[in-house]
Amino acid sequence: MPAVERPLIYANLRQPGYTVDLDCYLKHGGYDALKKAVALKPEEVCKEVELSGLRGRGGAGFPTGMKWKFLDRKSGKPIYLVVNADESEPGTYKDRQIIYKDPHQMLEGIAITAWAIQAKQAFIYIRGEFIHGAKILERAIAEAKAKGFLGNNILGSGYSCEVVIHRGGGCYVCGEETGLIESLEGKRGYPRIKPPYFPAVLGLYNCPTIVNNAETMAQVKHVLAFGGAEFAKIGIPGDSGTHIWCVSGLVKRPGLYEIEAGKATFGELLNDLCGGPLDGRKFKAIIPGGSSTKILKVGERFKGKLANGTEFDWAMEDIPLDSNSIAACGTGLGTGGTIVLDDSVEMIQALSNLNAFYAHETCGQCTPCREGSLWLSRISKRITTGGGLETDVPLLLDIANQVAGRTICAHGEAVAWPVQSAVPKFKDEYLESIRKRQQGEAVSTLKLI
Amino acid sequence: MKELSNSPASTRALKPETLGRADGIIAQYPQKRSATMPLLHLIQEDRGHITQEDMKWVAEKVEVTPMQVLEVVTFYPMFRQNPIGRRHVRVCRTLSCALRGSYSLMESLEKSLNCPRGETSPDGDFTLEFVECIADCGCGPVVHVDHAMHENVTPASADAFAAKLKATLQDPSYGQNPPVPGTPEWNG
Repeated sequence: MPAVERPLIYANLRQPGYTVDLDCYLKHGGYDALKKAVALKPEEVCKEVELSGLRGRGGAGFPTGMKWKFLDRKSGKPIYLVVNADESEPGTYKDRQIIYKDPHQMLEGIAITAWAIQAKQAFIYIRGEFIHGAKILERAIAEAKAKGFLGNNILGSGYSCEVVIHRGGGCYVCGEETGLIESLEGKRGYPRIKPPYFPAVLGLYNCPTIVNNAETMAQVKHVLAFGGAEFAKIGIPGDSGTHIWCVSGLVKRPGLYEIEAGKATFGELLNDLCGGPLDGRKFKAIIPGGSSTKILKVGERFKGKLANGTEFDWAMEDIPLDSNSIAACGTGLGTGGTIVLDDSVEMIQALSNLNAFYAHETCGQCTPCREGSLWLSRISKRITTGGGLETDVPLLLDIANQVAGRTICAHGEAVAWPVQSAVPKFKDEYLESIRKRQQGEAVSTLKLI
Repeated sequence: MKELSNSPASTRALKPETLGRADGIIAQYPQKRSATMPLLHLIQEDRGHITQEDMKWVAEKVEVTPMQVLEVVTFYPMFRQNPIGRRHVRVCRTLSCALRGSYSLMESLEKSLNCPRGETSPDGDFTLEFVECIADCGCGPVVHVDHAMHENVTPASADAFAAKLKATLQDPSYGQNPPVPGTPEWNG
């Protein structure tokens, strides 16, 4: 059976004539889930989210209900909700749709979450380049406040929550939750070390803080609309709800595909929904969940055992689209940003492109990441300009191995993973690129760096 | 902070309405320092870049040292300390857009806008830059021009795109109309 989409988050915004106005949202059942939520006690709302099995949509896939449980409620300090709408992982453009086309859906999730965690102040950290997106959200907040969905005395419950939009400055590392918090405090976005700076205990202004992804907020609205137990039936056990696949790169129909977790495979996504490779081309590799997830090569076999004991032996095309299956293949679902590479791509250029990104985006705080990312970028670039040595290939791996696990935040892993995964899989091709360029032979005309 | 006191005399003053919005922005935050970035965005949208005088002003407003504001200005790629051209053209170069031809697009734009990447054209009309991922990867290559997001700007359409950008220089209504859904102005 061909793969089908199940739009949940995108159900309304894809309809012709659907607008960002509050009236339009209300006609589509908007803020009904908030009404349900405020009729429950905050701890009952938390319970629903826990029951739903919802996992965060920011890349790490941490269970949302469990994250909320870590909140230090006894400190007596104010509790903050921070929504991460920085959407900075290359290959990812799912939150943009929500912000630009259905802002109230996210705001409703924010109001529900704020009630559940008892936050009286929420911030939406939106990436600086979403200039009009920030204005759309500001207008939506004003509309929602005027109708009592946000602000003072929400729906007559006596509960109040203000929401403030905060624009970033074009910095990738501010998508990391503690870097984001520093940025929100008006500083450079230097990530903080954990322990002690777990946001749920020592977050914004050293107060207990929940940082959730923008799409996660939209999912929370649906958790309340369905009820936790019903929501958990969407998808598969251990990964509930839908995943929005942001497909980009060399495929016939790049775009956004919302699929029930685990109910299709990469092959179905890329061949059925995206129309397969461009004419005359063949898929060569995919980066499954945003640029920092490990690359999967077409033709390799993925074998192992799932957590439930099931043995598997898959080609890339057979991998089911749920976080556990993808993790079992040595990579991650991440943010669902699938970048597709075909046989026209010279792999060292693709790697060099990403290395340049991470070198540009390192905050400079930790030496292994600051120096390592730059070295990786320079070495891979020199291969693409004909100055590569055969020893550069193991050198890339050696440097990456010295970055991962040695930094304050996961940017170190983001620097290392593309190299650590690609070098063993494409080593022969890299050596071939070095040789061809030394001997002046023709290489791919598609320039990536 | 001696060096923060000399800004070029030619730099025009901020509009009174820009200055007037500052206190309202600061009041949104539990701690004043959080308003640093919003105030810098406000200044940059008014004048196009941020001067040392501006940083001193922000520092006084949010009660930090000018150096603490300078740290923020230099850390975030979006903040600028120098004037830019009349149109700011930012081409995404990260992998998804690169796979769709953003390097070839950049080479065409450099020629047709008479502007090397990373620089401003001699006539001051364009500043052309490569930027990292701007989160619109399914429609690559994407080009962010001032406040508008242009999608699917393929290398084949580069010359037509450059001509369109040049035409905006003669358009008095440029950037004045409220954005309509589905347009580059809306998606910007």
